[in-house]
Amino acid sequence: MNLDARIPSGPIAEKWNRAKFELKLVNPANKRKYSVIVVGSGLAGGAAAATLAELGYNVACFCFQDTPRRAHSIAAQGGINAAKNYQNDGDSIHRLFYDTVKGGDFRAREANVHRLAEVSVDIIDQCTAQGVPFAREYGGTLANRSFGGAQVSRTFYARGQTGQQLLIGVYQALARQIAAGKVTMFNRTEMLDVVTVDGRAAGIVVRDLVTGKIESHSAHAVILATGGYGNVFYLSTNAMGSNVTATYRAYKRGAAFGNPCYTQIHPTCIPVSGDYQSKLTLMSESLRNDGRVWVPKKAEDVAKASKDPGSIPDEDRDYYLERKYPSYGNLSPRDIASRAAKEACDDGRGVGPGGRGVYLDFRDAIKRDSQAKIAEKYGNLFDMYARITGENPYQQPMRIYPAVHYTMGGLWVDYHLQSTIPGMFVLGEANFSDHGANRLGASALMQGLADGYFIISYTLGHYLAGINAATGKVGTDHPEFKRVEADVKGRIDKLMSIGAKGKRTVDSFHKALGHIMWEKCGMARTKEGLTEALKAIPALREEFWQDVKVLGERETFNQSLEKAGRVADFLEFAELMCQDALEREESCGGHFRTEYQEGGEAKRDDERFCHVAAWEYQGEAKKPVRHVEPLTFETVKLATRSYK
Amino acid sequence: MSDMNLTLHIWRQAKGTAAGAMKTYQVKGISEHASFLEMLDVLNEQLQEKGEEPVAFDSDCREGICGMCSLVINGRPHGPDAGTTTCQLHMRRFKNGDEIYIEPFRAGAFPVVRDLCVDRKAFDDIVAAGGYVTANVGSAPDANAVPIPKEQADRAFDAAACIGCGACVAACPNSSAMLFTAAKVAHLAHLPQGQPERLRRVKAMVTAMDAAGFGNCSNHYECEAACPKGISKDYIALMNRDYAKSVFVAKDAKAVSDGAG
Repeated sequence: MNLDARIPSGPIAEKWNRAKFELKLVNPANKRKYSVIVVGSGLAGGAAAATLAELGYNVACFCFQDTPRRAHSIAAQGGINAAKNYQNDGDSIHRLFYDTVKGGDFRAREANVHRLAEVSVDIIDQCTAQGVPFAREYGGTLANRSFGGAQVSRTFYARGQTGQQLLIGVYQALARQIAAGKVTMFNRTEMLDVVTVDGRAAGIVVRDLVTGKIESHSAHAVILATGGYGNVFYLSTNAMGSNVTATYRAYKRGAAFGNPCYTQIHPTCIPVSGDYQSKLTLMSESLRNDGRVWVPKKAEDVAKASKDPGSIPDEDRDYYLERKYPSYGNLSPRDIASRAAKEACDDGRGVGPGGRGVYLDFRDAIKRDSQAKIAEKYGNLFDMYARITGENPYQQPMRIYPAVHYTMGGLWVDYHLQSTIPGMFVLGEANFSDHGANRLGASALMQGLADGYFIISYTLGHYLAGINAATGKVGTDHPEFKRVEADVKGRIDKLMSIGAKGKRTVDSFHKALGHIMWEKCGMARTKEGLTEALKAIPALREEFWQDVKVLGERETFNQSLEKAGRVADFLEFAELMCQDALEREESCGGHFRTEYQEGGEAKRDDERFCHVAAWEYQGEAKKPVRHVEPLTFETVKLATRSYK
Repeated sequence: MSDMNLTLHIWRQAKGTAAGAMKTYQVKGISEHASFLEMLDVLNEQLQEKGEEPVAFDSDCREGICGMCSLVINGRPHGPDAGTTTCQLHMRRFKNGDEIYIEPFRAGAFPVVRDLCVDRKAFDDIVAAGGYVTANVGSAPDANAVPIPKEQADRAFDAAACIGCGACVAACPNSSAMLFTAAKVAHLAHLPQGQPERLRRVKAMVTAMDAAGFGNCSNHYECEAACPKGISKDYIALMNRDYAKSVFVAKDAKAVSDGAG
């Protein structure tokens, strides 16, 4: 497998400029002769579809929701980073680059991260020009806030709804191209497979979710921007529909999967309240600026603390983040704060139902600053907490617990964002590229828009320039399309025929898988646990293919069938994740192997694991092959992260 | 409080072209901490156990921001709580033994896809008609080049907070989409970037809104009451003012250009 990352030569700060000059161009009159498929309509996919259409390419864009404006980018709260240095506080492209490489625990590719930092400044300009209502100062200039992992204020925001406002900007740009006839939009249409002809991406097979019909689409190139796979855990902060199907299908057709085990677990989410729970809700990281995290010191106080937290005097409370990490305290990074909460609960000191919760207490902040002050800062978050839990966080501490939030792993891509299948490009959370083993807050939106607005237009042009417009596109009547269509139909037939007799619902399988993944491949992983998971997952998968219940018809709007297909893919993908976690015998960022720690902290092994693991599919029931792309750090020196 | 047992009356319709009807279900053991949609998840699990097809309904983020969830609950779009989407409505709002009526967002321009799911593509068409700023990637000046007073940016944000769910249409006796359309018009009208296309935009969007089959505003303001994001009806006045202007200004512009030959 060819893992040439195609990183341009020259000093790090000149690579992207050099690439932009060296990349081949498609002349304006020829662009209309090329067609491109974009799967996904979030910040990465929507931005790519709009931008490529602006340039003159013919774009077909697909989303499974009822309109492209629903993509899950919309739920991002906090903000978007950019190295504008509007605050005159010492920010620069180099500093954003440095913070991102270090925050990712030295497991990202330097050249990609530097390019991300470079284009970050253009993103803010572009979004402002589109009418994104960023927060502003009274003088009319843009406002910034601080986020974790940085010592400068470089986060741009639109109240607590930054993702929504950026996505609306993307959606409007996309809508303009739809009206112009340059983008054909396919709503409620789900990609179920990729078609390759002579080793190149030739198109996709989709299911129209309203009619249930299977259809093929061909193009000169295919872009996947289908988000992350956090829902393999069943419970996560992802949307209900978020899934791995598009990227996993591409993997099975030859695209390498990069670092599947890298998962970000966010420390401040509302805990699980019961079996019926369908998703977890994030409470913004910013709350840790004023809230103090604690559990009772003694396990015997748990019942009392759960009933009436105010009755536990200070000397009986363990403010464990302040105790363990005095210099960062409650603002320790996400991976560290999450693990500390788990440890406290594993120790039998967790509060609330099931003992899976810790307190985030605003008592002292309210006493210091007044309730009105706190309400002014966090009012909307306090309201949301009250709406979901029925508890008043001004009077009693919030109960929080870590939850799966983001996946740094994804399809392997080179510097051009091309996967190991020529002609297939992967953008946004769906690729593995920029965040290493841990993503910093406010960097996901930045990466999605960087890929979609500013990078793909250059690198895709270079690819297309090497393809004959007339002969480079295969028709959907090509036998390979017919073969893949038959595969897809066969799989649906199989689900429906088992489903008619099966006894166990899709959700019940999904929950069982989530339980295995959370216990064995969650915040703390061990060789023993991962080995158990690698036995339990195939057993569950086998049961799924014998006993899953899927009612209704094939060619109708059938939500059970949609879910069944997605869960079937999660049941295979979960094994790949555990395999990757097992073979990465080190701890780094969000990947914590209990065996590899020093004084309770993650211990990286740069000798053996300073590389990307890229997995190549080998066929049913065969172990995939783990390839390695070595990572070299020429600009940022490899160092141990410390937050004590 | 112990778990609840509820009687649900739910609209079932196999597909857009089929006839639909209300059907009654009993659902048992619902926790007060469950969200309304989780209550429907439980119902669907119970239905499937019995070999009945689950009720189709839309949802995605379940955080109140994507706008995918809908439902008219006891006659009110998104249910009884003000400023709350269906996915953020929780069962502690109900009590054991309650009867709940659940229907799709009804409007001629929102055809039913199945059961409680409707097609809101007409909203996409309204935005595509002009709800954007023409600003190709690559052409943007520095973001601080044009200062925008904070109050103005805040007002633009208030309008831009619309999630495109369609509750305003479902609540309106005329099935009018004027609150939705006006929110987009107002978002861009409050920003300097939106000025060059301001009148062309409002005219095109109102035309698209009419073409999609939405009704007109007759000042009931049910839309504002139903809106989960608190979008103000005042934007409708702004839209009407801009629309009137667009008709006259466009005429003038044409006369001028015709005269100039």
